[in-house]
Amino acid sequence: MLSRKLKDIVAQRAMFLLCLFILSLAFLMAFGLYQRSKPILAIKSLKDLLFSHKWHPTQGQFGLASFIAGTFWVTLLALILAVPLSILTAIFISEYAPKRIRDFIKPIIDLLAGISPVIYGVWGVIAIVPLVRDYLMPFLSQKLPFFPFASDNYTGFSALTAGIVLAVMVFPIIISVIEEVLRTVPFEIREASLALGATKWQTVKYTVLRKARPGIIAAIILGLSRAFGETMAVLMVAGCDLHGFPKSIFDTAYPLPALIANTYGEMMSIPLYDSAVLLAALFLLVITALFNMLGWGILLHIERRQS
Amino acid sequence: MNKRKIEENIFKVLMVFSTSLVVGSLIFILITIFSKGFPALNLDMITKTPKGGYYLGKEGGILNAILGSIVLGIGATILALLISLPVVFYLNLYLKKKSKFAFLVRFFLDVLWGIPSIVYGAFGFMMMLFLGLQASLLAGIITVSLLILPIMSRSMDEVLKMIPLELKEASYALGANKLETSIKVVFRQALPGILTAILIAFGRGIGDAASVLFTAGFTDYLPYSLFKPVATLPLAIFFQLGTPFPEVQERGYASALVLTVIILSISILSRFLSKRFTKHVIK
Repeated sequence: MLSRKLKDIVAQRAMFLLCLFILSLAFLMAFGLYQRSKPILAIKSLKDLLFSHKWHPTQGQFGLASFIAGTFWVTLLALILAVPLSILTAIFISEYAPKRIRDFIKPIIDLLAGISPVIYGVWGVIAIVPLVRDYLMPFLSQKLPFFPFASDNYTGFSALTAGIVLAVMVFPIIISVIEEVLRTVPFEIREASLALGATKWQTVKYTVLRKARPGIIAAIILGLSRAFGETMAVLMVAGCDLHGFPKSIFDTAYPLPALIANTYGEMMSIPLYDSAVLLAALFLLVITALFNMLGWGILLHIERRQS
Repeated sequence: MNKRKIEENIFKVLMVFSTSLVVGSLIFILITIFSKGFPALNLDMITKTPKGGYYLGKEGGILNAILGSIVLGIGATILALLISLPVVFYLNLYLKKKSKFAFLVRFFLDVLWGIPSIVYGAFGFMMMLFLGLQASLLAGIITVSLLILPIMSRSMDEVLKMIPLELKEASYALGANKLETSIKVVFRQALPGILTAILIAFGRGIGDAASVLFTAGFTDYLPYSLFKPVATLPLAIFFQLGTPFPEVQERGYASALVLTVIILSISILSRFLSKRFTKHVIK
């Protein structure tokens, strides 16, 4: 009798400790990365590191600004492509599609979420790079020779290529979150609107979407953070060549995660290099954690209001 | 009246167009990988390890990376399971439904899920420096297990949430305590869902490259020790594509096909299992 009770108590304690481990993991990661980036923070101010665009590791200059700008540039392109398509798809799945089609589409979106980033990268190299190189770039860059289309990069490895690949990668998260949010909108609201003589689209536009707006914003934030931290696929298709701030969607881009991945091998041989790279990882951690807290916070708030 | 109808139809067309584009992108990816990878695939690729000069176009295969990825994936999945199984049972059986603590743990799991894998890789690398380890199978397993911990826990959590309260109450009424109820009743009932969660996490772990880049290293040998570097399939693809030789790049396409097939089979298997393993489930 005693041993049964003892087992239960011991198990309970152990489980509680594992929960504490999960709670502390994010802080542990932040603290560890901070410890390792201290050497560079000791001689350079954070402002210098984040806002200077002079990146010459061999001369001791570690300005991350152009990488950060590259990350935002690529993420922005991905979201411009992904957000409208995801919203329309989610509305279609939850409001219009018959059950049969919904049951067909949802596993496909799950599958899309499960594909390895490297596979997206290979697809980008085989399919999207030639598309940009042979069609989009020559066409747009000649017809519209101004910002943000003018460029002299004819390789096809560009910010836009990365944006297209990233857009496909963030489809699943944005669509599934929006679809979930749309499902929480009470059915009575739709019926009331339809009863007033509104068409289906009007119902969606004026009532359902209005009610779901915070959730849609949360979905976009979560997609944004996903695109922000994506590494391998971007590394493979963005060109990753450094020349200051992005000036065109057809120029190469060099986002922060790609920088971290690319320093593999060389970073221990140059003084302070590893410190700068781990600082970049810390920056990435803080930004994505904040985005995720905001996104999930909004969703939890919605869920609470429901119950 | 007419204008409303036109607007309705325009948006309907746009919606069908977007949905086809999303579905089409998956089909496009699969067709691209299969059509480019299949011609380059041969038996040597999956049964041999790289010989000298493999990355210059000489003989060999990627067996080292296939096995490495599987070993690393299994190790990481087991380690993650050892943490996430107790955690989700604690959240769902030991804590009250409206518990603040459970709320907080779930929130943190969600946030951890969104942290990019390269950050896990950097953290793993940092731990290696701290512990004096070199890039090894063990470091890779630890890093990937942290990476897949949130997705595994959250999908198991969703399964356990669905377990009917009556089932637990019936078990308590028979005098079983919470631990016994967890292991003997809830676990069996949730088994199909738990298996699905394990497979999802395994699929994610096997496909990730950014987290193992620093931590697992790369080698031409088959995995044989926890403390030696191990090759992984995503990195093998990445390296082969990065060479300037067309024949090596084509092998990269073939390797991508192998990885895609592995991930697709895991996904199909998980669907199959969740239907099959319902023997002990009370409906």
